[in-house]
Amino acid sequence: MSPKNKSSETMSVFSPQLAKRFDALVQKYPVKRSALIPMLLYAQDEVGYLSDAVVAEVAQRIGITELEVRNVATYYSMLRFKPAGKFNIQVCTNISCMLRGAYEVYERFQEELGVGPKGVTPDGLFSVEEVECIGACCWAPAIQVNYNFHDELNPDLVPGILSDYRGQAKAKTKGNASDA
Amino acid sequence: MPRLVSHPDEVKIVSRRFGMGATKIDRYLELGGYQAVKKCLAKSPEWIIEEMTASGLRGRGGAGFSAGMKWSFVPRQSAKPKYILVNGDESEPGTCKDHLIFLHDPHAVIEGAIIAGLAVGARMGFIYLRGEYRYLLEITERAVADAYDRGFLGKNIFGSSMEFQIITQTGAGAYEVGEESALMESLEGKRGVPRIKPPFPATVGLYGGPTVINNAETIATVPQVINLGAAAYAGLGTPRNGGTRLFCISGHVERPGVYELPMGYNLRKMIYDVAGGIRGGHKLKAVVPGGSSTPVLLPEEIDIGMDFDQVGKAGSMLGSGGVVVIDDQTCIVEFALRTISFYAHESCGWCIPCREGTDWLKKSLTRFHAGFGNANDIDNIQYLAENMLGRTFCPLGDAAAMPTIAFLKKFRKEFEDHLNGKPCPFAREGVPQLTVV
Repeated sequence: MSPKNKSSETMSVFSPQLAKRFDALVQKYPVKRSALIPMLLYAQDEVGYLSDAVVAEVAQRIGITELEVRNVATYYSMLRFKPAGKFNIQVCTNISCMLRGAYEVYERFQEELGVGPKGVTPDGLFSVEEVECIGACCWAPAIQVNYNFHDELNPDLVPGILSDYRGQAKAKTKGNASDA
Repeated sequence: MPRLVSHPDEVKIVSRRFGMGATKIDRYLELGGYQAVKKCLAKSPEWIIEEMTASGLRGRGGAGFSAGMKWSFVPRQSAKPKYILVNGDESEPGTCKDHLIFLHDPHAVIEGAIIAGLAVGARMGFIYLRGEYRYLLEITERAVADAYDRGFLGKNIFGSSMEFQIITQTGAGAYEVGEESALMESLEGKRGVPRIKPPFPATVGLYGGPTVINNAETIATVPQVINLGAAAYAGLGTPRNGGTRLFCISGHVERPGVYELPMGYNLRKMIYDVAGGIRGGHKLKAVVPGGSSTPVLLPEEIDIGMDFDQVGKAGSMLGSGGVVVIDDQTCIVEFALRTISFYAHESCGWCIPCREGTDWLKKSLTRFHAGFGNANDIDNIQYLAENMLGRTFCPLGDAAAMPTIAFLKKFRKEFEDHLNGKPCPFAREGVPQLTVV
């Protein structure tokens, strides 16, 4: 077995902060493996998707095989093995949202972005997908952009939402440039 | 931020702290928080369980099983540790009440979990939230950390000799994990497939230990039952259906929202008074009374009290409290197709009748709605759905079959209208038709 502090001592696919968080996470439960699903999700939040390197490191940290990690990861709909856009737009089209125009909202996103279902824009900024109920039925139609909820939408609100996120991305790049 | 609504007929018990800043522990204490658990620390476990049973509080996740009874099944002596599991994997379409509980009153969930722990002798609890609820998980984690800081969680809670730990957990997208045994699998770091029962979780649950698993709303109600007293709480509802419940009214109503109403509240009043009636001057066509898995009700069937027994007598279920209102501009075949598409997507694939049945129902309804149906299809769809009933480990198969059967029985005419080269009679200019891949 690897030495205890392998993650912080040797190469990790994760940032030092996330590696530290994972060191704590595996201690948190009565059984180490309970950390698996949160770990995969948090890893995806940072890396963007479950790359081979992510799967390998998570397997090593939990002490199970990569195959076992993949077996579990493929079950959960939020986990993905391919990159999505920086802002992943998830449009709920389940019954309560559908009744209040979710498919119109979904179509408008695709039109504005020029991509189809699960498509990623060429600049890598946005992706759009249809998802099942996100628990915002009384504020329908609702979407999530990454983890942010947007409620009570209609197609005309779509361009504004996109430009807000474009602005956020721009502000971030500028911030990074001035840091350097 | 989800909009909060109110109506004069509401009786705010679980929602009494919504919108009052109670995520902050000091505010929660100001508003009477953590009094119930202090009261319970001075009482015996048997007293707590008796109160819960007498209150008539029934599981808010959908099955409606008596909470007190569930707790009483946990053996007093156990070689393995016992656990409390709070099910916040809210995923039943039409249901968004736990969303508000975690957003506005996470300490009520923590307090309820501690009380459950005292009642059954568990020293550890888990709060499992669906992965999509990340911002709610963060709110809950802050609340848990604050409770530890105050000594309300950990060893010697509230200066007593009792211990109670809480661990928060995120899911990663899976409706099936809302089923109690699948949730335990998920929490153990596995695929969320159901376990065969018996043994029931009360004897063999999480990590093989006796486990109480309750819906987040049920747990958040526990401190209120203790504060009010079992008799007073029970008196708010109808016989055998204690208290109030959060009803999530969505769909074609003027004022959708989560309303807390007494158990047994009239469904017609709920739609026309509380939620403001059907929007845009249209007419009511159908109501799904308790989340997408519950059989649909017709307009002439809505003069019923919304409690487990009365809705059951009307041929449906109170379920998770998700009241989905459908107007006369809606195609029921399309609605049935969207419903079954969900179950086909969410079937975990463990039991063949559910895995294959949901897929075939989706395929048949897709073809049917697209105008390629034939007269035999209607009976075949019904036959297929009926043969899924009761043949799976968990209720997902039933949850998919039951609404399908009800749509076919109650709206047969509308299915027939889709036949004979007439694609959907509700197709309208500018409204995308549902095409399922």
